[in-house]
Amino acid sequence: MGVVDHSMPQSTPTEIRLPLLTQLHEWVVTVDHKCLGLMYICSGLVFFAVAGIEASIMRWQLAFPNNDAVSPEVFNRLFTMHGTTMVFLVGMPIILGLANYLIPLMIGARDLAFPRLNAFGFWLFFFSGLLLYFSYLGGEGLAGHGTAPDVGWFAYAPLTGRAFSRGSSTDYWTLSLLVGGIGSIATSVNIVTTVLCLRCKGMTLGRMPLFIWLLLVVAVMLLLAMPALTAAQIMLLLDRYLGAHFFDTQAGGSAVLWQHFFWIFGHPEVYVLMLPGFAAASEIIPVFSRKPIFGYPAMVGATVSIGFIAMGVWAHHMFTVGMTAMGNTFFAASTMLVAVPTGIKIFNWLGTMYGGKIRFATPMLFCTAFLFQFLVAGLTGVMLAVAPFDWQLSDSYFVVAHFHYVLIGGLLFTIFAAIYYWFPKATGRMLSETLGRWHFWLLVLGFNLTFGPQHISGILGMPRRIYTYDAGRGWELWNLLSSIGVVFQAAAIFFFVWNVVQSLRRGDSAGDDPWDAWTLEWSTTSPPPPYNFETLPEVRSRRPLWDLKHPEDPDWRHE
Amino acid sequence: MTHPRADALPATSADWTLPSRSRVGVICLICTEAALFTIFAVAYLFYLGKSVSGPQPRQILEIPVWSTVCLLSSSATIMKAERVLRRGFVSRFNLWWLLTLLLGAEFLRATASEWHRLIFTNNLTIGTSLFGTTFYSLVGFHATHVTVGVILLALVFVLSVRGYVTQGHTERVETLAWYWHFVDAVWIVVFTVVYVVGR
Repeated sequence: MGVVDHSMPQSTPTEIRLPLLTQLHEWVVTVDHKCLGLMYICSGLVFFAVAGIEASIMRWQLAFPNNDAVSPEVFNRLFTMHGTTMVFLVGMPIILGLANYLIPLMIGARDLAFPRLNAFGFWLFFFSGLLLYFSYLGGEGLAGHGTAPDVGWFAYAPLTGRAFSRGSSTDYWTLSLLVGGIGSIATSVNIVTTVLCLRCKGMTLGRMPLFIWLLLVVAVMLLLAMPALTAAQIMLLLDRYLGAHFFDTQAGGSAVLWQHFFWIFGHPEVYVLMLPGFAAASEIIPVFSRKPIFGYPAMVGATVSIGFIAMGVWAHHMFTVGMTAMGNTFFAASTMLVAVPTGIKIFNWLGTMYGGKIRFATPMLFCTAFLFQFLVAGLTGVMLAVAPFDWQLSDSYFVVAHFHYVLIGGLLFTIFAAIYYWFPKATGRMLSETLGRWHFWLLVLGFNLTFGPQHISGILGMPRRIYTYDAGRGWELWNLLSSIGVVFQAAAIFFFVWNVVQSLRRGDSAGDDPWDAWTLEWSTTSPPPPYNFETLPEVRSRRPLWDLKHPEDPDWRHE
Repeated sequence: MTHPRADALPATSADWTLPSRSRVGVICLICTEAALFTIFAVAYLFYLGKSVSGPQPRQILEIPVWSTVCLLSSSATIMKAERVLRRGFVSRFNLWWLLTLLLGAEFLRATASEWHRLIFTNNLTIGTSLFGTTFYSLVGFHATHVTVGVILLALVFVLSVRGYVTQGHTERVETLAWYWHFVDAVWIVVFTVVYVVGR
């Protein structure tokens, strides 16, 4: 019995148009991992647009010295909402959406282990997003006009205390993250269980696609790190509503403890966001280089060690707090250590491309740019790991540039790569290569133009989160360039949206396996039927579809 | 595309068995809950002796011997219940299960009376001092988990009395038992932190 059942009809049966209300009802009650995956990704993209608009307003405000396009209060709300949205309502849902959609297909299963828990996790995320944005209406209670939270995305104590954050805007922030966090934990339980218990016959741990390995590590990290945020949010709620003193410095509470708890979650969270990007790159780069991934065991080992080390680096966000010399040394050393497995990964991706027959289709373009940009992010990361350097540049635009190179240059580019790569599978239509190239080059240009100069304005001493600045400090040019870059990025996103809309309507038909790829999701129809596979596949190597396409030289002879 | 002949392929391992979903799921839940309790326990230890006012732990806390005995022995009774169910003795299962349930409920009653004394006699509330804050949150968080456990135990008991629980449900009962053991294990940590180290 082969892996693929090619006798299955390629075209989906003619669809009967259901009334709109029935269709919506279907989406609300669904427990199918593919529907939930798409709902995650789509709502993530909607929040991405919202947070992008917030960022654009901030760049507009900062384009010129002494500008007052928005008021300082609005500016504080903007950066708080932008950060919170991008991390919790864009990054998390999109990676969980990819995990949802792809894990069962890649391991040859019919759904996640607990489909109803999966739907529960999605709706918790969705309502956490609505809760956060409801603060614009209800932040000060229904009588007054509302405000969004303005305490920054890491909401340092004691600013979040009752005395300094009046009204309920901070409570919306707290509750939203608490609810969303529980949703992420539920989905992580689901992912770990699915990967361990539902693999198809023959798919040993050593034959799992790297995508699955990386998401397994991500889910384990979420299980261990997310509770720190949940606990801290519960403590904050107790402080605000029951008069507890966790972060109340006047009663002996510690503001630094909040920082520890937040970053015990917050730093692993960075890798939680970044590893799925690596996961997509690890699938896409081999397919478009026409070579199996270079150094599979090293990649797995590097992933697990990144996950392990990442749990012990959190206080590098806190060098300026004034820890002991021992603390600084430990966290500087552990942070630098992360660069080793990450470097291994970059070399392995390069090793995969080296000597390969590279096809620069849009997904591969995004992955290639990711390699360069993520390298820059990694290098500035190692610089910031040096505690004395960090004392100089912490809370400056240099840090802003660093983590935007991680999260946009690294994560967003791989997410776009993943969307271009798997869009044909999910919809049955190809995205346009021409529009994809416009999207790609405009985004490369816009992104580097926006965030490259911020390295310099940071070194020149521009603090992050400032509302405006005086002329004559040498920051004008760099800020203007940053703001101009936004225009290109917005244009890039416009091309992306246009591409999706156009391709959904009249894109080329994709067929089952448009990229001549090797993992199991390409063995079923595009889009896959609700049950994914007519007969559950069996695999004998890491590249089951290669075995099937090349019975004369299958992989299992060499593994 | 030509299909390779089935006999040309190496067999995938004949007995392909993977771990059970409910076991892996509950282990994941236990790991994440353990992380959650760790944060609360760390907060308790971090704020030990840092209260600027109010009573100190040594002055008002009494070692809860009775409730500890109840909770820890409930781990043994639930294990016994699980074993007899595995062998198919449903009525004996009901008995051991009920005993577990009662021990859990007694623990909650003992905690409630301890809190009543602390609040009304010793004037310690969550807002009194850091001690009150960390004590009620850590112990209360554990008690919440016991409450959830007792509700689930009661649910299974009602189902069982009505004849819905059979030998075939051993694995599901086992899942709940693991959660219950975990809640007990957390109590050992909470007991050590609050009543031994913290006193």
